[in-house]
Amino acid sequence: MTVSDVKIQVDKVYKIFGSRPDDAMAALHAGAGKAEVLQKTGCIVGLKGIDFSIRRGETFVIMGLSGSGKSTLIRHFNRLIEPTAGRILVDGRNIMDMNAKELLAFRRSGISMVFQRFGLLPHQTVLENTICGPILQGVDRCEAMKRGMEQLELVGLKGFENRFPRQLSGGMQQRVGLARALATQADVLLMDEAFSALDPLIKSDMQEQLKEIQARLKKTIIFITHDLDEALHLGDRIAILKDGELRQVGTGEEILFRPSDDYVERFVRKVDLSRALCANDAFAKVPVLTQAEAAGGQTAALLLQHPAVIVAHGTEMRVLTSCEPHSTKRVAYIDAAATLGQSFPLLAGEKTVVVMDNGAPAGILTREMAFKALSRSTHAA
Amino acid sequence: MADNFPELIDTRGLRFAIDDGFSWVVANYGDTLERLLGPLLKLLGAMEAFLQWLPWYVTIAGIALLTYSASRNLRMTGSAVVMLFFIGAVGLWNDAMATVALMLAATVVAVVVGIPLGILMARSDRLRSIALPLLNIMQTLPIFVYLIPFVMLFGPGKIPAILATVFFAIPPVIRLTDLGIRQVDGEVVEAIVAFGATPSQKLVKVQIPLALPTIMAGINQTTMMALSMVVIASMIGAGGLGYQVLQGIQRLEVSRGLVAGIAIVFLAVIFDRIAQSYGRRAQKHLEHGE
Repeated sequence: MTVSDVKIQVDKVYKIFGSRPDDAMAALHAGAGKAEVLQKTGCIVGLKGIDFSIRRGETFVIMGLSGSGKSTLIRHFNRLIEPTAGRILVDGRNIMDMNAKELLAFRRSGISMVFQRFGLLPHQTVLENTICGPILQGVDRCEAMKRGMEQLELVGLKGFENRFPRQLSGGMQQRVGLARALATQADVLLMDEAFSALDPLIKSDMQEQLKEIQARLKKTIIFITHDLDEALHLGDRIAILKDGELRQVGTGEEILFRPSDDYVERFVRKVDLSRALCANDAFAKVPVLTQAEAAGGQTAALLLQHPAVIVAHGTEMRVLTSCEPHSTKRVAYIDAAATLGQSFPLLAGEKTVVVMDNGAPAGILTREMAFKALSRSTHAA
Repeated sequence: MADNFPELIDTRGLRFAIDDGFSWVVANYGDTLERLLGPLLKLLGAMEAFLQWLPWYVTIAGIALLTYSASRNLRMTGSAVVMLFFIGAVGLWNDAMATVALMLAATVVAVVVGIPLGILMARSDRLRSIALPLLNIMQTLPIFVYLIPFVMLFGPGKIPAILATVFFAIPPVIRLTDLGIRQVDGEVVEAIVAFGATPSQKLVKVQIPLALPTIMAGINQTTMMALSMVVIASMIGAGGLGYQVLQGIQRLEVSRGLVAGIAIVFLAVIFDRIAQSYGRRAQKHLEHGE
């Protein structure tokens, strides 16, 4: 990771709640544990030595159970909560050094936030809520309304702009929350358990929508959740927080297959791997031939070195194996980014499916491979 | 009497000190204070003169309109008109207008002073811990006790009457402003701060609008308490309906006291309904976003 890739750097951030933070910090530095600090000074250690960095344009998930300090941590990024010690650098600039005026400017246009229970103003319409950011930035009302309408359209709420928040369902209210955050055009988006209050179906819709929007806008997103499936689904990288301490930072795969300690391991044990792994993690690359090449008789030679060969003719594909070198059966296909779970219905019908990478056939996935991928992970974990 | 409570300390010295100290304040600052409060007297005088100058039918029409615009209820409006008509018919119109003027002036002062105090209290826990016991004392201390210093300072008249009324009536509006602001959903406030609102923008855009129903309830209570003060205030020269009650007591005329008392009740009902309807509408606006 080069320096220019780093959007946000969190540098040894501590947060002590209580009336004697200095004593508590001294005790922590002397090696005292949380319980000991509480007993000695009456202070609660909220965050302890948090240290990580977030890349430009990535979705960084901070996950932990309630009381782990994740909501405290996310509120440090826009200084809704002030740390007791440590620095947070955004674009190389320490936000703790900002004076009141700079902080206002930073909150207005540098960073925006989506809240768990939406935090919408009940006495204002959807559109008025959406343009709250631009209005605070001092954008002219007409221009702000235009921007607000664009964002509402982006989140699929066109036609609802004159309703009031209470007239909308939870999912729609959170879309307003998202539109409001996007309307500030800030680079950094903080999402505090944004989808946790929604029911499961709406939640997965919102996750998909966020992924789509992110693919287009490439914001730096810090996403808080207590749901590991959500973390694995959305996060480019995931940080696991426990009792105010960072346990592991890594990609979903690293967290799943190389948990750094017992806690993380216990955490990931319950993950539904069929949803966490993609076809990409399990399939085998095999040669792909055109119809003409297959007719040319190369197949037999190739089958000596490879388990199978794909013969493609447009989207019509056949898989030849040494057992069935002249198979004429059309084989179903699945995208490499699809989860392993999505391949189960196909594999239930046929032994083999073709895996497509960027629209071109790349390899095959068999029942055996899928099982192996799942069991390998269980072994590793 | 067998066992009197033993006299542990001699309180006479302390009492003399308080009395002398207060007399000194009266002697040295009485005039200054009276001059400072001149505008208040003018406000009250002007309101009284205006309400008594206004033809009765215009006043009734105005109050009917106010009631209807707040409640959208014809029955409520009709009963307000009937009650006002009764007050006029029994010959208490001018007294009633003097009472309304005192009540409105006291309420306006209480609201203008009380809401900012409530806002300050909502911001600081320390201020709140000091102010709450003070407000409790203000509400429980017998009213006559603070009539004494006001009368000493200003002499009997309208200024001590209005000040005593303000003192007595201000606690609810302070309390409920504080409560209303503290009850505003923390996440909504956090959201507006996260989007870069200054403290005053936070107050004007979120806290006050969302606390409005509670604040309205406080204003309503303040109005009612101001009205309940009119009889006592009349003892120090406020005039109005309270003076009629007072005369009823002095002359042992049951009828005079009863009629004036009913007129006070009618005024209370009318203003309570208006204020409550406004409060309900504010609440409804928040809930359904009309």
